[in-house]
Amino acid sequence: MSATTFDAAAAARAWRPPPLIATPWLRYAVYLGALAYALLAVSTIEVNWTRAAEGVERAGRFLGGFFPPDFITKRSDILEGLLESLTMTVVATGLGILLSIPVALGAARNLAPLPVYLFCRGIIAISRTFQEIIIAIVFVAMLGFGPLAGTLTLAFATIGFMAKLIAEDIEDIQASQAEAVRATGSSWFQLLAWGVLPQVRPRLIGLSAYRLDINFRESAVLGLVGAGGIGDTLNTSFDRYEFDTAAAVLIVIIVIVLACEYASGFIRRKVQ
Amino acid sequence: MLLTIEGLTKRYPTGDLALDKVDLQVPAGQVMALIGPSGAGKSTLIRCVNRLVEPSAGRVQLDGVELTALGSAALRRARRRMGMIFQEYALVERLTVMENVLSGRLGYVGFWASWFRRFPRKDVEEAFRLLDRVGLAHMADKRADALSGGQRQRVGIVRALMQDPKLLLVDEPTASLDPKTSRQIMRLIVELCAERGLAAIINIHDVALAQQFARRIVGLRAGRIVFDGPAEELRAEALTDIYGEEDWSQTIRPAEEEDEAAEAAL
Repeated sequence: MSATTFDAAAAARAWRPPPLIATPWLRYAVYLGALAYALLAVSTIEVNWTRAAEGVERAGRFLGGFFPPDFITKRSDILEGLLESLTMTVVATGLGILLSIPVALGAARNLAPLPVYLFCRGIIAISRTFQEIIIAIVFVAMLGFGPLAGTLTLAFATIGFMAKLIAEDIEDIQASQAEAVRATGSSWFQLLAWGVLPQVRPRLIGLSAYRLDINFRESAVLGLVGAGGIGDTLNTSFDRYEFDTAAAVLIVIIVIVLACEYASGFIRRKVQ
Repeated sequence: MLLTIEGLTKRYPTGDLALDKVDLQVPAGQVMALIGPSGAGKSTLIRCVNRLVEPSAGRVQLDGVELTALGSAALRRARRRMGMIFQEYALVERLTVMENVLSGRLGYVGFWASWFRRFPRKDVEEAFRLLDRVGLAHMADKRADALSGGQRQRVGIVRALMQDPKLLLVDEPTASLDPKTSRQIMRLIVELCAERGLAAIINIHDVALAQQFARRIVGLRAGRIVFDGPAEELRAEALTDIYGEEDWSQTIRPAEEEDEAAEAAL
């Protein structure tokens, strides 16, 4: 034992908590680099203050046009757009989840062989690369204006989102549980149903609820490029300078998004 | 001979040789303990028997069927006759006790029947009978993760028995349990094997437990069998062969306890 010669008190004084980046020169290079970048970035911003001041006044007038919100005059248009959006959302979410499950299985390295894995990861990458608006423009060009283009857009975006997150959850399952199911002589589909699904089900349900919520918000935006839904109603009211109706549409969107968010949060808490 | 293993070799893709030409025979109804240091290849050996791990070379025969030559459908049918019990229980934690037990029948029912949990009435009856045998019938609808370690392992045992196996492959059944529960679980496994005429290969770290509950002990070291004999012949020299140099005088069971232990093994 070296207990007689080892000075624990001195060692304790000399001890420092380990830094985030262990190599000293790299640590200071990263800190200085970040500082220099921030200074350079701020110095290149040009602000035209007179233009900004005019803008504030114009924004005030523009927002003033929103009051009071008018739910009555275009009531049937708002209602129609709303129903269209909700239909798009539900159909697209359902379709997207259905299609995302096989992609997720293929994109989980612990279930799929390498070629299948790469193919499914490719689908996910494509779906996640393009922003919904871009996909919507393509679908509108292919299928014409209307909710069909919007629905397909949302379904396509749902595939990438769900498949990626579910695949990651599948890769994180406890292998021993799946192995035990395999050891009973189960078929591959039984392995999925008994060894994998019970482990990913809470995440699957939670993400589905979350995606429903996202899809409704997106459906409001997609209308701006003619892909149907309440976004169309909003766009039309702006085009006609009916800002009071636009305000009503915005309020409706806000209320529904809040309701969706609350509901999906509630569902996610319940299944955890 | 129920199980015949010839020249079984497993080399992992990393290059590690886990099993090196292992020959082993297990007659019907024999409970055999497989001991050896961590990494000796015990887990690999039993997983090569039901081909959860694919052997690199060698042959495994169960009841005259050459397992190593089977296609995937025939392998699934053959797996039904080999119940497996795991170290960390490996229950599907979000399923109920009854669902876990019934999962032992997956090899016997079709996909949709299993999806809707529509198992034959006699399977459910057998499940309740076995759960009652291990004292857990009242827990049937509890979720598996609500159980204690000993209870989970009992459910794991019942799941394996539901397969109507000829052979139990048991991987460190007591590694996560306290000493008392370990003994209870080992006793339960040995009793059930005797009741149903099952053979068992039990991987186990604890030499004293192995000696207490198995009459035959096989020692594995670095993928080779270095000891194979009755429990009472396991002496200090044999343990040194298996594990390396150490003071074994306190590990080996004193002679006067042997009768009592032999009784327990029956």
